[in-house]
Amino acid sequence: MTETGNKTDKDNSVGVVKTQYYTYAMPGKEHKLESGEKLGPITLAYETYGKLNKEKTNAILALHALSGDAHAAGVHSGQDNKGWWDDMIGPGKAFDTNRYFVICSNVIGGCKGSTGPSSINEATGKPYALDFPFITVADMVHAQRHLIDFLGIDKLLCVTGGSMGGMQVLQWVASYPERVRSAIPIATALKHSPQQIAFNEVVRQSIMADPAWREGNYYEYGQPEKGLALARMIGHITFMSDQSMEEKFSRRLTSGHFSFGFDADFEVEGYLHYRGANFVKRFDANSYLYITKAIDYFDLSGGRLIPGGKAIDTRFLIISFKSDWLYPSYQSQEIVRLLKRKHVDATYCELRTTYGHDAFLVEVEEQTTLIKHFLDKTFNGYLVVSDHGI
Amino acid sequence: MASEDIRLDHRIIYSIIGTESRVLDLGCGEGELLYPLVRDKQVRAQGIELDDKAIQECVKKGLSVFHDDIEHSLREYPDNCFDYVILNQSMQEVKNVDFVIHEALRIGSRVIVGFPNFAFIRSRFMLFFRGKAPITKSLPYTWFDTPNVRFLSIDDFSDFCTEKNIRIIEAHYLGERRIIHFWPNLLALNAIFVLTEGNA
Repeated sequence: MTETGNKTDKDNSVGVVKTQYYTYAMPGKEHKLESGEKLGPITLAYETYGKLNKEKTNAILALHALSGDAHAAGVHSGQDNKGWWDDMIGPGKAFDTNRYFVICSNVIGGCKGSTGPSSINEATGKPYALDFPFITVADMVHAQRHLIDFLGIDKLLCVTGGSMGGMQVLQWVASYPERVRSAIPIATALKHSPQQIAFNEVVRQSIMADPAWREGNYYEYGQPEKGLALARMIGHITFMSDQSMEEKFSRRLTSGHFSFGFDADFEVEGYLHYRGANFVKRFDANSYLYITKAIDYFDLSGGRLIPGGKAIDTRFLIISFKSDWLYPSYQSQEIVRLLKRKHVDATYCELRTTYGHDAFLVEVEEQTTLIKHFLDKTFNGYLVVSDHGI
Repeated sequence: MASEDIRLDHRIIYSIIGTESRVLDLGCGEGELLYPLVRDKQVRAQGIELDDKAIQECVKKGLSVFHDDIEHSLREYPDNCFDYVILNQSMQEVKNVDFVIHEALRIGSRVIVGFPNFAFIRSRFMLFFRGKAPITKSLPYTWFDTPNVRFLSIDDFSDFCTEKNIRIIEAHYLGERRIIHFWPNLLALNAIFVLTEGNA
């Protein structure tokens, strides 16, 4: 979300925050990626909100979606850009920073402070571009684990995120189940479906078809704006729903009458143009290529989430949205079925919102009720009220 | 909470279920039954519920619940993974009763079924003397606005269990406020049966 709010409400905002950086995988200790290639040094950009308690048992890791970043809540000094999950993270909010310590880090492969294709390759002194190795969701999570180690946290109270953030949640459980007390994957899937891969491929092809992409070596010349904007326009269609587009735009015209030309006549066209144009200012085209590929490779089906015979004590809260056709509810239900087979303590709820896939960012009220109480139970357990029975 | 405030059927089911049991409640509503079980008896509970609002209430109580309908919810569970599967006041809303009861018996060692008795004396009067579809305390709905799709008597259900080789371990017959000891098929508003699989 890039909507800029009014003035920060001091009562329920984490206020002014600063992005921090953690670097590891120094020469000789490079990070071995799932592809077999090595990457290092690796920097992760991250932000934290709230206070880590003495026992270090109140830490929550929030994981962002495809184009997100480490800035999940509050504002940066002198700016008014609220974090992407500001509605959910803050004092008294779903992830209550009065009680919990919330961490959000930018994924590797990204372009918001973490090492990615636009970072300088120390071997050449130039941006990696397509020399950047292919990364997977497991690699993103592996990198986050280094950050969590660095922060001295043994077990996370909760790992949460929507869309690609939800995939990272599942990957955390698959890779480090003993370090995850609870998991809240939202609007996500155990594996990317052919339809999801197809959309990503169209998105990638639209970037690579732009001559300004220059086989990835555009850093001296500027972004492949047309291709990247088009890619984002496609993305935004899949994030909304038929109904949310009807509610937001209907067939309203931008200037009241048809232009009988190929300008943006309809508000929905104007919106997509605006979103596309905005996106090229803030996101690196190569990062978009690498990250969409990582998502396409994602597959924790067939016993990879919880390997056979293994018992896990991670609690789950799974949320999906009825109008989300990009990550339909049946994909969340697949996760639920798998957890049932393994007898894992879990709650699943499909929320009836019209926002489509975007709902994990904008449907605040019902998500807040679910998450708040789920976390409360996870953190405090049951307070024994009576021992007389009923 | 004073015990007289608690529904009689809940009190009976509560007393049946042992400490630290694994319990699945099919159609758990807002978790009124599961909550005291989890709180007082450290039961490991899972609810299944279709109503959105009810799910939110369950989560507020700290209960684990799946948003699903009863018939779709059972297949994935391994055999005997629960000590009790509860089907209280929800069986009459299920279309495929035979399938649900058998799946419940497969995944639970014991199945607790609670349902309204259609042969209750007042129902009989309403039908016989007034010629109208009965409306009673346990069957409070008008014919055109009811979640129920199955109408059965206590005797019907006993016959069903015999025919399907299901063993009835316990039977409780409930009036409005107390247990019924005589002629349950005539005098009970509700019945609670504890079932297990019969000998092959």
